Amino acid sequence: MTIKIIAFGIAKEILNQREMEVEIHEGATVADVRKQLEADYPAFQKLASLSLAVGEEYREDDFTITENQEVIIIPPVAGG
Amino acid sequence: MKNIEILLLENDLDSAKAEAFVTNDESGGIVSFVGTVRKFTKGKEVIRLEFEAYRPMAIKEMRKIAEHILAHYPARRVAIHHRVGVLPIGGIAVVISVSCPHRKDAFLACQYAIDTLKETVPIWKKEVFTDGEIWVAAHP
Repeated sequence: MTIKIIAFGIAKEILNQREMEVEIHEGATVADVRKQLEADYPAFQKLASLSLAVGEEYREDDFTITENQEVIIIPPVAGG
Repeated sequence: MKNIEILLLENDLDSAKAEAFVTNDESGGIVSFVGTVRKFTKGKEVIRLEFEAYRPMAIKEMRKIAEHILAHYPARRVAIHHRVGVLPIGGIAVVISVSCPHRKDAFLACQYAIDTLKETVPIWKKEVFTDGEIWVAAHP
């Protein structure tokens, strides 16, 4: 299935683009998406953290992604 | 909610506006935190900061902080204003104001707000130095 990735901060620079489509197996979880990103772009492995959000909420590793869902890549935040 | 004001702005922040929002007859203390851009980080000279936000979620997460304060502290009103875009040295990145009947609670609630904001709100900050740039907190 295809999902849409949207990246911010350093994640956008690692992907070299704001948005991209990614192919991943049916029933993939947040942990699966993170693993695939880290494999395709090893620079993600060096970050202090790598969270994923769906529907404007942080999602745990076991959260299941569905076809065409937008997954937001959230590298370490630094507001304030 | 009328006791919460969350703003994510492209133009300059003004702490007086946040304090005006939280002012009310039941509060005897207003505490504000104002985060500004400093010129030196670990001895390196900063030229400017660039803030980027995932806007809908940043607003949602800031609202959660304000709602937590109203639910868990004797606070009357909370304002959280954050900047996005490019800030020069001395520019204001964030203003948080909390009003409470008594000052002690206002200090505690304001500290909770800024500490939590830095952990949960999807906003990113790039420090641009005279000789390079880094995304703050990105690497351990």
